[in-house]
Amino acid sequence: MELVCPAGTLPALKAAVDNGADAVYIGFRDGTNARNFPGLNFDEAEARQGIEYAHRAGRKVFLAINTYPSPAQWDKWCAAVDQAAGVGVDALILADPGLMHYCTQKHPRQRLHLSVQGSATNAEAIAFYARQFGVRRVVLPRVLSLAQVRAIIKRVNVEIEVFGFGSLCVMAEGRCTLSSYVTGESPNMSGVCSPAKAVRWEETPTGRQSRLNGVLVDSYGPGEAAGYPTLCKGRFAVQQNTNAAHDAELPHKPYYALEEPASLNVLDILPQLMEAGVVAIKVEGRQRSPAYVAQVTRALRAALDACARDPQNYKPRGDWLAALDKVAEGVTHTLGAYHRPWQ
Amino acid sequence: MKLSLGPILYFWPRDTVLDFYRRVADAPVDIVYLGEAVCSKRRALRPEDWIQIAEELEAAGKEAVLSTMTLIEAESELGVMRRISENARFTVEANDMGAINMLAGRARFVAGPNINTYNAGTLAMLAAAGARRWVLPVELDRNTLRALQAARPAGLETEVFAFGRLPLAFSARCFTARAHNLPKDECGFRCGDYADGMLLSSQEDKPFLVLNGIQTQSAETYNLVAELPEMKDLAVDVARISPQSSGTFEIINTFHAVIDGTLEPAAAPARLAPHIPYGACNGHWYGQAGMNWIREVGAEAVFSAMGGLKRG
Repeated sequence: MELVCPAGTLPALKAAVDNGADAVYIGFRDGTNARNFPGLNFDEAEARQGIEYAHRAGRKVFLAINTYPSPAQWDKWCAAVDQAAGVGVDALILADPGLMHYCTQKHPRQRLHLSVQGSATNAEAIAFYARQFGVRRVVLPRVLSLAQVRAIIKRVNVEIEVFGFGSLCVMAEGRCTLSSYVTGESPNMSGVCSPAKAVRWEETPTGRQSRLNGVLVDSYGPGEAAGYPTLCKGRFAVQQNTNAAHDAELPHKPYYALEEPASLNVLDILPQLMEAGVVAIKVEGRQRSPAYVAQVTRALRAALDACARDPQNYKPRGDWLAALDKVAEGVTHTLGAYHRPWQ
Repeated sequence: MKLSLGPILYFWPRDTVLDFYRRVADAPVDIVYLGEAVCSKRRALRPEDWIQIAEELEAAGKEAVLSTMTLIEAESELGVMRRISENARFTVEANDMGAINMLAGRARFVAGPNINTYNAGTLAMLAAAGARRWVLPVELDRNTLRALQAARPAGLETEVFAFGRLPLAFSARCFTARAHNLPKDECGFRCGDYADGMLLSSQEDKPFLVLNGIQTQSAETYNLVAELPEMKDLAVDVARISPQSSGTFEIINTFHAVIDGTLEPAAAPARLAPHIPYGACNGHWYGQAGMNWIREVGAEAVFSAMGGLKRG
């Protein structure tokens, strides 16, 4: 299995390559990709430098243009596709069907991957992108169980890449507009979720509160660790159930109604993913530091190598898990949707 | 402009659903979307039941459309989608690219609100695959719609989600079961306890979202009744109302009266107010946060401009 690592900067790209990534994925410094954060990402010259660095080490570079351009943005997004093809990326990661069509017309030899934002969660949807645009690899949304991943791989003839580590989207990627509902900006349109400019921290007599465009996402007691107020990771309260027996099942105070702040970590099921025929494991986090990229890449490289050497006796080592937990969101990890009870 | 009724997004008892559609047959809607679009475990009605409802609505002069689910993961869900897609009689609303793969080149279809149609390139691709109508994704604004209308392929109808709690997100996880501390596979159909979904409030008791099984909706009701004239100017063909447990027929009548010209658009929000439990929103239409409420009815804007002139 290929290890695909994130890079938001040239130093992060180098850290990924130096620590054993088989491929690094990057984005341009604008809204064309789903990690459109201030101070992050690559201009054309940096992309060229990064590709040269990776290619010299025998590694690949993928470039994500995985937001959905509006008509007003269309020309700029097409120009980004041209630019990516021009600098010689090994694959373009796209989500928008219109843009994929453009790419197949203009750059028929360009290798295409379907972004997780493309939201292909079943064999028929994957077949559509393969047939229509010649997509060679699909990144699966983080909504599938291991059994479902296995079933999909049996039915499709494109490569399947899955998320292995990083922040966890609890919603099907590409089909979540929670962020635009609250802030006007979403991953699909603007390449951001719960954008930092909409965040407000407030110290109150009862503790610290985090708000997103005025909406109270969470509040923390004294000494309680506070997390970034991503909308789906806030604590909220549910209404009562009119049926008393069922009402007794409900939490009667605010709780993580959608998802706890936790990182996805598939170290426990690497042999099963390999056996299922997964081609690549992806690490989330182009917004994270070069140190994060180095640490995660190193741990996953070691785990993947151990798994490839002897899948029968593979066991995640304590130091890998510790290294990953140290940089994990919420300092805890989960198998997410791969593990059916999580669902 | 035509009026449509979206699929019922909640898990209502079988008899409630059957009664509801008996009333729909006499209501002034032109198009009715039918079927379970949220969770494959909800099987109070069988595919044959939906076909029968479709036939009855068609006999009542409606266009009946069968909607597919939005999040398709399991093989069994693909099977259901295939059966719907291969029905030879009724148009299908595709809410996943998998459905479009089954329908492309074989039958005319509707590209539903959960197909990511953000630009003319995608619109052209959908039309070439056989779409006869597309629904604007809920997060898109009127300027985007205007540009898309200008580039719209011939013969393709445009529909706008115009009233109801917004479908915002879909997940593998069932949030209703999670709230009840039940595993998804043994959910006990708790979503059936909540005819309009389960209200989720912030820690300062402000209604925020609605949990509807694997779907997350807005708590506020998206309401574009005052924007109907603007939609007409933009050559929108269909305005969609999303069913709710009470007031749906009053909402339909109000929208119909505005489209008909018998009710001033400015007078409509007051009539709809009783059917909007947690406030209204329309921000997406104006390119803002969806939860915002923008008062920008044409007449008022003109009025304030005139006031400004007088003062000057």
